[in-house]
Amino acid sequence: MVHEHSADPAAATVNRLSVRNIRKKFGSLEVLRGISLEAHDGDVISILGSSGSGKSTFLRCINLLEIADEGEIWVDGEHINMVRKHGRNVPASSKQVDHIRAELGMVFQSFNLWSHMTILQNLIEGPVHVLKRPRAECIAEAEALLEKVGIAEKRHAYPAHLSGGQQQRAAIARSLAMKPKVMLFDEPTSALDPELVGEVLRVMRSLAEEGMTMLVVTHEMNFARDVSNRVVFMREGLIDCDGSPAEMFSGATSPAFRQFIGNFRG
Amino acid sequence: MWIIEVLGFGQQGWGGLLIAGALMTLCVTIVALLLGAVLGTMVAWAKLSGNRVLSALGNTYTTVFRGVPELLIIYLIYFGGSGAVTAIGRYLGYEGFLGLPSFAAGALAVGIISGAYQAEVYRGAFLAIPKGELEAAEAIGMHRGLRFRRIIAPQVLRFAIPGIGNVWQLSLKDSALVSVTGLADLMRTSQVAAGSTRQYFLFFIAGGCLYLVLTSLSDRLFNRAERRANRSMPSSLGHA
Repeated sequence: MVHEHSADPAAATVNRLSVRNIRKKFGSLEVLRGISLEAHDGDVISILGSSGSGKSTFLRCINLLEIADEGEIWVDGEHINMVRKHGRNVPASSKQVDHIRAELGMVFQSFNLWSHMTILQNLIEGPVHVLKRPRAECIAEAEALLEKVGIAEKRHAYPAHLSGGQQQRAAIARSLAMKPKVMLFDEPTSALDPELVGEVLRVMRSLAEEGMTMLVVTHEMNFARDVSNRVVFMREGLIDCDGSPAEMFSGATSPAFRQFIGNFRG
Repeated sequence: MWIIEVLGFGQQGWGGLLIAGALMTLCVTIVALLLGAVLGTMVAWAKLSGNRVLSALGNTYTTVFRGVPELLIIYLIYFGGSGAVTAIGRYLGYEGFLGLPSFAAGALAVGIISGAYQAEVYRGAFLAIPKGELEAAEAIGMHRGLRFRRIIAPQVLRFAIPGIGNVWQLSLKDSALVSVTGLADLMRTSQVAAGSTRQYFLFFIAGGCLYLVLTSLSDRLFNRAERRANRSMPSSLGHA
């Protein structure tokens, strides 16, 4: 489905995701100062940066949890329509916002599973009530997804009765149940105990291997280096440098990035 | 023997009337609680809306109806309302006093007060929902109505049950004040029975016991609802 395209090369070659010159201010604080990014089918892009560099805000602007003041976004070739109000962008249609969000999977740092529903109910909620698909079909798919992320035996448990790692895997499965075009991960392992990080990263790695298009805000350097095909380093609301993991970690990048990864090596 | 006779269900007995009074009390309270739920939801929504005028209105409502004695509200609605009805009657050519039905006036008064307390219960329950869960609902593409129906309402109810149980007990006892309008509720019936038999101790104690039966039975009901609603909470681990 194509909504009024502006004559733009980004829309012509259909990327999974195109972001053009996003800007966002909170009060007088300019958090994003002009970010552009393209994700092709199957791209796994790690977004690195110290806290306050704007990487989470950037991700939240893509699925419209925050509305960027300026800039344009295409999801799978569909332009998100904005109107200007008081000098900033406002979505033209809340229907389109819901439809775009349904196409983007979002995984949060704090899991955010719905606590009054069992794991299985969490998984079928979106497909049944947002996509309005037949319940029996959704249940079958949800059980397969739970099998895949390794928590099939927890399908009738409530989120509060699962470990953090299990909850995050359930949250990933909940997003996948919507059959998203792009998956967005907002520091998916930052709230986990160290021994639980591995099980979540394994699920993400297998998703990447299946060709899912992913944007991952993370502090996991090994994931960025080994799993992603592109690394973006954000600093003070701008993309400081980006490239393949080989280029980025070879040392021939910006001084700021060298210093950033230096901190991780301790 | 005479105790059984006056409390019994025979010709001389007040038992049937007392039971009827207790049922009347129960009816007034149920209607008041439902009315209060509607009012309370609206007031809570107004207070949470972020709109300055609406939240000022909501604040005024809860301040006034929690701050003024219940009896005064009941007088205001029963006599004030009757006055208004009489005035309208006179305008339409009917001479004489027209009373508001005492059941309607009583349920309305207790309902309005109950609404003020329920508004605070619902507001607190809404604020107890983790913000991230609402965000996850937005992120999956739920529109506003769906978020309310699937994520907000069930959780507000769950968090509100203990508070509503409390409001229910308050309303049940407030409903005794409705007896001033002549409604044959449990309070009024006990009073009439005590007066006409001159067995004050006996009938006020019997009335008190019936109130206790109502409150303790409903308490048990609310406890069961609370346990059921908390199946998904961390503290129910092991009993799930």
